[in-house]
Amino acid sequence: MDILTLFIVVPILTAIALLFTKGLKQARLTTMIGMLIQFGMAINLVFAYFKERAANDAIMVFTKDLMWFETFNIHYSIGVDAISVLMIVLTATVVLAGVFISWMLDEMPKEFFITLVILATGVYGFFISIDLFTLFVFYEIAVIPMYLLIGIWGSGPREYAAMKLTLMLMGASAVLLVGILGIYFNSNADGGALTFNILEIAQVSIPFEAQKLFFPMTFIGFATIGALFPFHTWSPDGHASAPTAVSMLHAGVLMKLGGYGIFRVAMYLLPEGTNYWSTFFIVLSVIGVVYGALAAVKQTDLKYINAYSSVSHLGMVIFALLMLNKTAWTGAILQSLSHGFMTALFFALIGMIYGRTHTRMAPQMGGLLKVIPFISMIYVIAGLASLGLPGMSGFVAEMNIFAGAFQHTDTFHRVMSILVISSIVVTAVYILRVVGVMLMGPIPNEDYKNLKTVTWFERVGIYLLLIPVIGIGVAPLWLSNMINDSILPFIQRLI
Amino acid sequence: MIENVSIYELLTLTTILFFIGLYGFLTRKNLLTMLLSIELLLNASVINFVVINKYLYPDVLQGVYFSIFIIAVAAAETALAISIIINLYRLKTSVDVAETETMKY
Amino acid sequence: MNFSYTIFILIIPIATFLLLGFFYNRIKPAVSGWIGVTALSVVAGLSYYTAYQYFFNVGKIDGKFQTFFGFQANWMNFTENLRIDMGILLDPISIMMLVVVSTISLMAHIYSRGYMKGDRGYTKFFAFLSLFTFAMMGLVVATNLFQIYIFWELVGVSSYLLIGFYYEKPSAVAAAKKAFIVTRFADLGFLIGILLMGYYGGSFDFMELNNPEGPAIMNWASTSFMGLSVITWALILMFVGGAGKSAMLPFHIWLPDAMEGPTPVSALIHAATMVVAGVYLVARMFPMFHFVEDGFALHVVAWVGAISSLFAAFIALTQKDIKRVLAFSTMSQIGYMMLALGVSKYDGHEGLGYMASMWHLFTHAMFKALLFLGAGSVIHAVHSNYLKDMGGLRKYMPITNITFLIAALSISGFPLTAGFFSKDEILVAAFEHNKAIYFITLFVAGLTAFYMFRLYFGIFWGKKKEYEHTPHESPWSMTIPLLFLAFMSIATGYLPFSEWVTADHKALHGHIGLFSNLGVIHWDMAGIAITAGLLGIAIAWFFYKKPTDYPAKVSAAFGRLYKWAFNKFYFDEVYLFVTKQIIFKRISTPFAWFDKKVVDGTMDGIGNTTVSLSKVIKGTQSGRIQDYAFAFAGGVFVLVLIVIYMI
Repeated sequence: MDILTLFIVVPILTAIALLFTKGLKQARLTTMIGMLIQFGMAINLVFAYFKERAANDAIMVFTKDLMWFETFNIHYSIGVDAISVLMIVLTATVVLAGVFISWMLDEMPKEFFITLVILATGVYGFFISIDLFTLFVFYEIAVIPMYLLIGIWGSGPREYAAMKLTLMLMGASAVLLVGILGIYFNSNADGGALTFNILEIAQVSIPFEAQKLFFPMTFIGFATIGALFPFHTWSPDGHASAPTAVSMLHAGVLMKLGGYGIFRVAMYLLPEGTNYWSTFFIVLSVIGVVYGALAAVKQTDLKYINAYSSVSHLGMVIFALLMLNKTAWTGAILQSLSHGFMTALFFALIGMIYGRTHTRMAPQMGGLLKVIPFISMIYVIAGLASLGLPGMSGFVAEMNIFAGAFQHTDTFHRVMSILVISSIVVTAVYILRVVGVMLMGPIPNEDYKNLKTVTWFERVGIYLLLIPVIGIGVAPLWLSNMINDSILPFIQRLI
Repeated sequence: MIENVSIYELLTLTTILFFIGLYGFLTRKNLLTMLLSIELLLNASVINFVVINKYLYPDVLQGVYFSIFIIAVAAAETALAISIIINLYRLKTSVDVAETETMKY
Repeated sequence: MNFSYTIFILIIPIATFLLLGFFYNRIKPAVSGWIGVTALSVVAGLSYYTAYQYFFNVGKIDGKFQTFFGFQANWMNFTENLRIDMGILLDPISIMMLVVVSTISLMAHIYSRGYMKGDRGYTKFFAFLSLFTFAMMGLVVATNLFQIYIFWELVGVSSYLLIGFYYEKPSAVAAAKKAFIVTRFADLGFLIGILLMGYYGGSFDFMELNNPEGPAIMNWASTSFMGLSVITWALILMFVGGAGKSAMLPFHIWLPDAMEGPTPVSALIHAATMVVAGVYLVARMFPMFHFVEDGFALHVVAWVGAISSLFAAFIALTQKDIKRVLAFSTMSQIGYMMLALGVSKYDGHEGLGYMASMWHLFTHAMFKALLFLGAGSVIHAVHSNYLKDMGGLRKYMPITNITFLIAALSISGFPLTAGFFSKDEILVAAFEHNKAIYFITLFVAGLTAFYMFRLYFGIFWGKKKEYEHTPHESPWSMTIPLLFLAFMSIATGYLPFSEWVTADHKALHGHIGLFSNLGVIHWDMAGIAITAGLLGIAIAWFFYKKPTDYPAKVSAAFGRLYKWAFNKFYFDEVYLFVTKQIIFKRISTPFAWFDKKVVDGTMDGIGNTTVSLSKVIKGTQSGRIQDYAFAFAGGVFVLVLIVIYMI
């Protein structure tokens, strides 16, 4: 079996194996083994990719094409470039960390892990597809389990949150489907057969009128899961109600599907539509960046703070994509990665803190640095990564985005760039407020004095996510070079 | 092909039969009579199959096959329906169709 | 000459940080203190060795100090031209800063072994000090703007961690947060400046940007914005960042609050090293500041420096917390350095201000660190920060008394101390280029002498106080740094700075340098400055040596002005108003409301509309099979009619 299909097969096998387990211990062990294999495969894929890339300069490598449904020319067509490889590594890491964080989950563990693994399958499938239709199918596979995960294992108003999240994402995918079909039915513009294959459509010049019409549909379809203002409201409620591992996976990976889809489908296939609509969407993304940050300042629930912070950070991804140059795009990919690891880490830590103090309201806590120093210190580090401290991944990503944005000299782009840059101050405000209120200061509650210290599986989860955050921040060169190579064919379509 | 009987007369008969069945199905409150009405509907269509086969394509037998098929299905369906009705009766001590509307919305 | 060993100046502190940070709860405090001191001793040794090699052996070629690179590696590329390197750049000012940072850091480390004894976070404290040292060293040796920005942020965060070291005290937490956010806000300007510079100047690299014949300086006029060259804007924005770190107006509000941190931190970070980063930045970019648009940005620097210096001196007169007096004094002295840079020119003797600024930076680091450490020693003894709790301490703490006196004399410009020499050069530079600034400077010199001796007499003389616990002299670990720095507060005045650290890297003629044969002594200039200083000291003597009621009378006479200065001219209140009332209440709250009600409300509204619509039409699903059958039959009937009559 080829190296990429395994990424779908292993989670499915894990899910099947899980059916035969009993109790928490067996379930988590099975999932851990499956996801460890997956993680190993992801790391291996990076090396395999470098090796393959040296010999093969096609846009996508490790390609494979099987006919799936002949009438509509739908293929099971897969392949990766550097960006998908990195996204797969991100997914594998976050899922593995999520398994460790859910180590003590006692409510229907078997079903939980099965759903989680199916979700992961969808994400992997999405990242390796180069056929629009299969891409869409995998996208749906990734979104639906979310409903169950939040609705069953969530907390607070979970039915409401699950319903809202699923309905908004489904609504968006309806719009997306129209966009994809629009692309499909214009894919014979130069003669030839209708096709769903991204690489083949990229050779076709789709008529401008069609691009103008279908670009916003495709864009909004993907941007909703990327939490673009004003389609972001599923995210705060969804994150707040979801169980820890699901929040991690959702903010860490699922929201990246948006940026990735915009990059891979909307912009790549509809370049003229992109140019036509870019001003409008730049404004939306900038509103999202500033507004997410300012809204986060007022929140007191840790998960809401993080959810709005995600709106702000992912707004930056979309903003960077719309800057349409290599530097900004590198920044967008790096920001996706960085935000994935960092937010997953944040949600993991929030889960740990919640598990101990039984509250997520920052003002009710205090002085945690004294009682659970390890978790608190990592929280500070994650916070610093979030506000873009050098030496952490966020800084590298943001600087690429800003430098890319500054290559536009017209007033509109300048003003927008400066607005986006100004968000780093607001980010500092809300991060430090939480750190000051929750981790520092006096201890308000006698019970807090004997909170449990960090356990080994929590440590493993933390390190899994922390190492990439610092790794990217300290040595970004190889990563940005790797991304750069893969961006080139995409950027050439647009300029 | 029956002497002195044209296809129109036969089709009129089946049409009348069909509408009797339809009327019965729509107006009767007793589930068993509704079942009988369904049988009328089915019989009307069975006769139609046979008649049309006989008059229009006398040299093939598909219509006849279909009628046998329908009779078999109707038998099975009746068995199923009666078992449902019996169970309903046990549950509600009634075979009135108005009692079965709990599945609305 | 190979300077590649200088990489260890960076590696050792970061390694110490990682070592102490990872094993913070496994290393005994006694051991971690020694690890920190040992590591810093090695770093200081390396720095001194580098300085010796550079200034005496290899630095000068054809009468001009050259620039060396100890290390250079590509870190990230934005585009083909815009690249970020990590490297070690060695030239007179970076080597001077290496010496300053390593010396003060070493002293702070030694001092902390005594000062922090018994603290719960002892190991953590040393870890953070190492982190700070690493970041500061990285900042001073930066080869390009981005590297300086990276380490700039890192010193900011280590400052945050150290100010908030006593994290259980709400005031310390608030101060740490304030320091970080205010400087971050200023850094926003810095970052935009860097990006503009990168785009229009074509490079981040100091060597390329600062080359007077290079494209960045030659083409400064190519693009303009609102009447000024974009490069000038970039420089002004970068200076905003520098003003944030160096606590210049209007970003100074974090510095006094930062005194919540442990005293060695105040001495190291908030007096000697980090706060002069802004000065260092301007000095680093000096050729650009000078050549672009005839030094327009430099005028801004000069005036901001001068006004900050005067402003801070006024506030320092009135404060009652000794560390705050010192903090405002720091701000005032940094204003000196800024204005000296601001009035400076580039070539030869015209570049006197530059040399004076750097020299003052050097001497100020010594005597201000000494003042803080002395104040720490006093606070350690009497357990209070307030002047009212002190008095007559000279009998109990002789070493602290003497060393504090030396530092106070030095900062007041008393003849033959280090501060006298460096301050005099600043005065001369200001006199030659900008008379208005000269008079401000002179006035501030008098004020400085007055408030420093107010402090000195208030602590060590003044009223006889009965102490609950008899104060006693601090342990050796604390007094050794005091003695060493006292020595430096005098000795650094006799260094031939004008030969070493100049704008164009060529020796120039200083004015006062007893052991430097280059000196041409202008006793008239010096005389005026000495008079101003002595006058200040004399008034302080008269007011505070013995308890008198003059201070109360004078402050009453100034009335409102005194009250304004005491309340720091209400800058904090203005900021508080802007953040709390405007940003939180008027912007952030409505945004959160808007999100909850309008954006989310729309989405919920769509859902609710669907639900109510379905309520309306669900009546058709009556559950009665005959209704369905009737609808079905009727539908068929209609279809049949349509088929028959329409088609």
